[in-house]
Amino acid sequence: MNEPLFNGAGRDCGKPLLRPGNTNCGGCGMSLGLQMLRRALGNHQIQMVIPACCAAVAAGSYPYSAIGAPVVLSTFASSAAVASGLANVARLNDEPTRVICWAGDGGSYDIGLATLSAAAERNEDILYICYDNEIYGNTGGQRSSATPIGAVTTNTGGGKVEQKKDLLAIMAAHGIPYAATVSIAHPDDCLRKLRTALDTRGFRFLHLLAPCPTGWKSEPAQGVELVRLAVQCGLFPVVEIVGGDQLSINVEPDFSATALERYLALQGRFRKAALDPSQLQTAIARHWRGLRLRAAVNDASHATH
Amino acid sequence: MKTELLSANHAAALAAARAGQANRFGRGFCSGVYPITPSTECMELLCAQPIDKGHLVRVEGEHSAMAVCIGAAAGGARSFTASSSNGLAYMAENVIAAGLMRLPVVMLAVNRTLGPPWNIWADHGDSLLLRDSGWLQFYCLDNQEVFDSILMAYRIGEDPNILLPAMVCQDAFVLSHTMAQTAIASQEQVDRFLPPLQLPHRLGAEPRVVGSMASPHQTAVHRRQHHEAMGRVFAVHAQAQEEFANIFGRRPADPVVPYRLEDAEVVLLAMGTLASTVERAVDAARERGIRAGALRVKMFRPFPAELLRQNLAGKRRIAVLDRNISLGFGGVLWGELRGYTDPQALVQNYILGIGGGDVQPELIEGLIQEMRQRKEVEAPILLEVEP
Repeated sequence: MNEPLFNGAGRDCGKPLLRPGNTNCGGCGMSLGLQMLRRALGNHQIQMVIPACCAAVAAGSYPYSAIGAPVVLSTFASSAAVASGLANVARLNDEPTRVICWAGDGGSYDIGLATLSAAAERNEDILYICYDNEIYGNTGGQRSSATPIGAVTTNTGGGKVEQKKDLLAIMAAHGIPYAATVSIAHPDDCLRKLRTALDTRGFRFLHLLAPCPTGWKSEPAQGVELVRLAVQCGLFPVVEIVGGDQLSINVEPDFSATALERYLALQGRFRKAALDPSQLQTAIARHWRGLRLRAAVNDASHATH
Repeated sequence: MKTELLSANHAAALAAARAGQANRFGRGFCSGVYPITPSTECMELLCAQPIDKGHLVRVEGEHSAMAVCIGAAAGGARSFTASSSNGLAYMAENVIAAGLMRLPVVMLAVNRTLGPPWNIWADHGDSLLLRDSGWLQFYCLDNQEVFDSILMAYRIGEDPNILLPAMVCQDAFVLSHTMAQTAIASQEQVDRFLPPLQLPHRLGAEPRVVGSMASPHQTAVHRRQHHEAMGRVFAVHAQAQEEFANIFGRRPADPVVPYRLEDAEVVLLAMGTLASTVERAVDAARERGIRAGALRVKMFRPFPAELLRQNLAGKRRIAVLDRNISLGFGGVLWGELRGYTDPQALVQNYILGIGGGDVQPELIEGLIQEMRQRKEVEAPILLEVEP
């Protein structure tokens, strides 16, 4: 049976944003993210800024480009600042162009964080999408501050000992108009959020978990399944935060231990560290207590109005 | 033309504001700004200027200041920023990116000694650190030249045969905070001198990559084209000088400026305000019957090799005064100049005014005497200027 995806939106996506001939690995979560973004674009004219990351390499070598949009390939830490320049020039010229940063976790969580924070603080008219493969994929797979505890990387041979940084909370703390996590395993929610982010003005931040078969030592065909499991067990909360404080939970996990165990078992990167799932479950429970509190405040404030 | 009593920082800000306003019929003006002593006042005044279709982005560091300029220029806008010393060093990665993307950004570099030790005074080590970034570099003599050079920098950098960013360099405090009567061009004049920027590779609606990856061969092709564009600067500069003179009524300085050079037996070379001190010392020596002369290098990138060769033909005693030091080598100007003097010439490098040391004309007069008696060349001599 061939049901049209996304209520039919999947059929009408025009020219691809990620063209054939790109150099991404098979099963790359970021590739799927770009396809989803294309489906969400509709008639929006876009300009993209891609800092050093796998997506920059995927674009391919001059004079060709696998990205079907105008792009500046920026220096590693600079995407949000380069985008600030482009977005202001578009505004000065009354152009409705959406300027989109498409950056990895290294360029967002680590080297580009000050620039990202400053652009958010200024509420620049930018859609910033962090595709998070939890690793410096482009350089062969080193740890970043987005790498989860227990994951073996090429410079944390015994598994990373620190917890993953909560970038969504950091971004929401700037009070930006819209911040959300998107799951490639939940295409309707993903598409809705991309469209909301494209239709909102001011600084918008989206966090997309992007499975990396090469770095995660997982089967390329199982990327969507891995994200589904990460959402199901509560490890990757699917939420959105409007105005910095109105938090909604968009997908309710069942917090099942089997989902978490299967998520870990499907990836070679967790094998060596012999991570105790109960350790992760404690962290998940603590994180969700915080999310529930903020969501409850949101519900309460709706109830009183 | 109206003159105003202005510091060079403020003169630069007004030049940038006029240039920005002149692009209101193009894609406007947008810049990233960030403070550092002693360039801060330039951006402060620029932020207070009304510019139609203009916007300044107050960023979190110099690296991002240049990144905003890159985005703005890639979008087709005119762009400007200012920085100094460690700020330029922090910005360096994006300075290089702007150069290699062939984006005609203009930057005021207020020359300040790199730290540590922390020191806010003038030497040229900061902008010379960026000599290989693919930007044009002009070193200014006075406040008027700062104002004029910023307009010239846009005119040359935006020329369709050039398309390169340009750094206008001025000495910390000696110019940046010193007020002088400065002729400020009217907007109507600047509009005539600077037509709207037409960037052929600007980002529009169609798929295109600015700053693409490239193979070794394509990279070599890009470098060759960039290098050839540098070579075309001399002709475009000469043309811009004539247009400038027609519109503003004064002719900007040549890339290399001789001073009482014709019969000089001792020639001194310098850049920036040091060249002004040298000219006073040359005058004093001439009064005592010593045939001294000077050569000021205003344009350092592209390097005016042929002009230097012509001016130095037949000169036998040449002192190169560097307000910088490439540690483990010597003065940067000296290093680059050596290949363009006569083989018989005695070329001595003096490094002085490091860390903003106050170089007085008497010190230079002493060097003129020393050069007359000099029998052989020594390794570069670093003179410590006593307070």
